[in-house]
This record gives sequence, C-alpha cells and structure tokens, in this order.
Amino acid sequence: MKQKVNYLATFTNGILKENPVLRLVLGCCPVLAITTAVFNGIGMGAAATFVLICSNVVISLLRKVIPSGVRLPCYIVIIASFVTLVSMIVKAYVPALDESLGVFLPLITVNCIILGRAEMFASKNGVFASALDGLGMGIGFTLALVLMSAIREILGAGQFFGLQILPESVQPMSIMILPPGGFFVFGILMALAVFIERKTGKPLPKNAGCAACPAGENCPGNRDEEAEEVGK
Amino acid sequence: MENHKLQVAASPHITSGASTRKIMLAVIVALLPTLAATTMIFGLRALLLTAVTVAACVAFEALWCRLMKKPIPVGDLSAVVTGLILAFNLPPAFPLWMAVVGAFVSIVITKQLFGGLGFNFANPALVGRIVMQLSFTGPMIDYTFPSTYGGVDALATATPLIVAKNQALPMIDMMLGTHGGVLGETCAVTLLLGGLFLIVTRVISAAIPLFYIGGVFLFKFFLNLGSGASAAESAYESLTLVLAGGLLLGAFFMATDYVTSPYTLSGKVIFGLCLAVLTVSIREWATMPEGVSFSILLMNLLVPYINNLTRRRPMGVPKGRWKSGKGAA
Repeated sequence: MKQKVNYLATFTNGILKENPVLRLVLGCCPVLAITTAVFNGIGMGAAATFVLICSNVVISLLRKVIPSGVRLPCYIVIIASFVTLVSMIVKAYVPALDESLGVFLPLITVNCIILGRAEMFASKNGVFASALDGLGMGIGFTLALVLMSAIREILGAGQFFGLQILPESVQPMSIMILPPGGFFVFGILMALAVFIERKTGKPLPKNAGCAACPAGENCPGNRDEEAEEVGK
Repeated sequence: MENHKLQVAASPHITSGASTRKIMLAVIVALLPTLAATTMIFGLRALLLTAVTVAACVAFEALWCRLMKKPIPVGDLSAVVTGLILAFNLPPAFPLWMAVVGAFVSIVITKQLFGGLGFNFANPALVGRIVMQLSFTGPMIDYTFPSTYGGVDALATATPLIVAKNQALPMIDMMLGTHGGVLGETCAVTLLLGGLFLIVTRVISAAIPLFYIGGVFLFKFFLNLGSGASAAESAYESLTLVLAGGLLLGAFFMATDYVTSPYTLSGKVIFGLCLAVLTVSIREWATMPEGVSFSILLMNLLVPYINNLTRRRPMGVPKGRWKSGKGAA
C-alpha cells in the first residue's frame, strides 16, 4: 500500500477518532481491571505507550524482513522483549506501581492494541509514521484509562489520585471500584465517544459494513488472502 | 366525509384499547394498598422516601428526554411505577440522596441509555436496587423497625430470612408485615391483594407468579423432607420462606414486567421455575440471605433466548420442519 502519510492525522487518529479503547475496543482487559485508581491508569498508560512506540518502530524497521507467514510470533517476540524491559524498570524504580498493576504489567505483551497496531499500521508504514502512530495510540489509551479511572475513583472511593475530594460523610458507591462498575463506566464512555463523533463528524450510513468500522481497510479481515498465500 | 366501514387496513383489526398508561395505572393501583400498609408499619418516613424516589425517577426521565430532544414520555406513568417499586426495595431509614442515586441508575442508565421503555434489558428498578445493594451495603441492610406498633422484639432488626434460620416465626406477623425489611416486602396480605387485582384485570398473566412462588414452596418443601423434617414442619418452613423477604413483591410486580419477561406461556412457565430454583439456591446455599433480585436480573438477561426457544410453530408448517430457536433472537 503506497500512499502519502499525513503525519498529523496519523498522530491525532488515536486520540478520539480511532481511540483504541473507546472506538476500536482493544485492550479491554487492563482497561476494566486496573482503572480503579488514577495512579494505576497513568502508570499502565505510560508503560503501554512506551512499549507501543518501541515495538512499532522495530516492527516497522523489520517489516520487509519478517515473512508474512510467521509474522505474529515475530511481533510477539519483539513486543515481549520491550514488556520485559518495562516491567523490570517499573519493578526497580516504582515498586508501588508494580504492586498495584500486578499481573497486568507482563500482560501488556498480549494487549490487543500493541499487536493490533503492529498488524494494522507498523507492518505497512515507515518508521517515523509508525512511531507517531504509536505515540498517538498510546496517548489515546492513556487518556481513556485516566478518564475511566478518574470516574471510578471519585465515585467509588471518593478520592482523586489518592486525595480525599468528596466529604467523608458522603458514602462512596463501592460498586464503581468493583468489576460491574468497570463495565458500567466502560459502556457509558463508549456510548459517549460514539455520540461525540456523531455530533461532530459526518454521520455514517446505517449498515455501512466495513466502511463504518474505524479499522477500515486496515482490518486484518480485509487482508488480501491470496497475496498472503504467495508470501508463504 | 370519511366512511370508516370501507377503509382497508393491515391487521390487527380488533384492538383492546389497552395502552401503556392504562396498564401502568393498574400497576400503581395494585401497589397502593402496600404503600398504605408500609406507611402504617414504618411511619411517615416511608411515605417520604417513596415520594422522593418517585419524584426523582420522573424528573430524571423528563430531564434526560429534554436533554436528548426526545418526546417526554412521563405521561405513560412507567417512571412512576419504576419509582414506586424502587422505593419498595429500600429499607425505611435509607438516606434520601442515595435513593436519588438509585433512581438515576434505574431511569437514565438502565432504561434511557438503552432506548427507553421497551428496550431496557432488565427491570430498571431491579438494577437500581442491586447497584445500591452493592454500593451502599450498610444502609441497604439496615432493617430497623421504626416502632409505630410498639415493642416487636424477635423480628425487630434483621430480615425474617435471617431470623428464620434459627427460630419459628409468628405467622400473623409475616402476613401483616409487622416485621423488619424493605418497605414493600413486609406486608404479604396487601401484596397478594395487589397481585390478584393485576391477574383479575388481566394486566399480568398468572403463570409467572404461580410457578415462581409455587416452585419456591415445593422446592423448599422437598428439601426439608429430604433432610428428615416432618411434612407439617416442612410446609410451615416453606410457607415462611415464601412470605419472608422480597419474594411476593418480586413475583407479582418485578418478574412480570412486560419488557423483561417471556411472551409465550411455556416461556413464562420456564421463567417462573428457573426463578424459583435460583431463589431457593441463593437463599439456602449462598452467602446472602436474599436472592430474589439477583434471580430476576439473571433471568431477565435470558428472556430473549427463552422467547426464541419457545416460539410457536406457525400454522401450516409441519412439525419436523419447524425448529424453534432458529433465526434472529
């Protein structure tokens, strides 16, 4: 696919229009699990952004070398190396974060956003564009995490970033920091993102099929299967 | 000069004149005796809590629809019914602002975000209750007994479901509702009266309450027989289980919600029996004393599948070629 890459659009894509969490619905597991406090949200967002940028750059550099038939194992190896790096750094310098993120830190390896961007973007675009895409997606991911964890922490614990902001006499809604509250907030924010897009962007026709999906022609389901067979 | 006799229109040609407003009005009428009873048992505070909850439900519905520039459906009275049932699920000393939060969850999140009346995936009042139960657990199980009746000792604080595990309960208290609990669940007599009114006026079908309550009674009865109790003892304990807690309120007023219950008769029977099994299982073997609301919520989610599996065979399609459950849910 040869086309001129619009760097600004690549960067801003991930923030609202193709927000990985709220529009592409990728990486839901950490989103639901760790957004009980803003501190966790920022930590997870930063870690994932770092991995995303690095893996996008490396995969973009190697995109002509990796054979299409074994591309997924190759991507996973690259991603896993960066995740190991990040988890060691976090363990050494921010042990509190490591404790609260727990198993979800190593699980960044299998976060769909990172593999998804490798597959949809980095494997087809230049290094600089891939880095920008990683940064934009990472910021979008972090923003969604922070928004969600802020809502859940304020309503569920009466705190923001560990500081008490609701008066003690107001009993917080503990359901918000339990799993059902995560699903509630997630669903409502997704509806809100669609609502904002409908209000601001052009309305999409109903049943527009793949054209209506934010993944668009980057969707793995749309890949040219014949070309892949030849590649094998 | 229109001549209606000559007009041709698609079926149905005969309508019953029923409307959402009339049906909701009937439900409100059926709930009024219980409201009167609860005011007598728990005092004016119960009336205040109910008024606040109903007002909050109606206000949220009107505000949301105005905000979304939709026609305001307050006139169909469904928000009033939701508010009443929600209030009936709260203990008398429940803080008012928490009830308003519950009304928001019921109306805005469960009902309007999914598209309003007819599109809600579960009974709105029920979701409001469960969210509050998980959020404000302390106040939600604070079944204190504001003593308008004077000293009632054995049943003063806990829901009879907890008391019943240790001792026999005076049946007259259970029937009249002079014991602790949430507003609308205590007085069995008025709940039965309201339920019968709805069945007689054909607002609800008798199938769901019959199979739900009957199922709970029989399941518990045989459980007790199995554990070696005599028939009379078992029957008494099963009757206590039926009268205590929110079973009657749930069976007559929450499980029969049109939107979230099956529309075929066989579906209703399955729905009622599954509810009975779930409720007794939760009450007997789970950590919570009460299981009505969780059972109904779980079964609400299964209703589309039950509807699909119990669809009637269209006339003329041979038995072998008709498979229910095929096609869109």
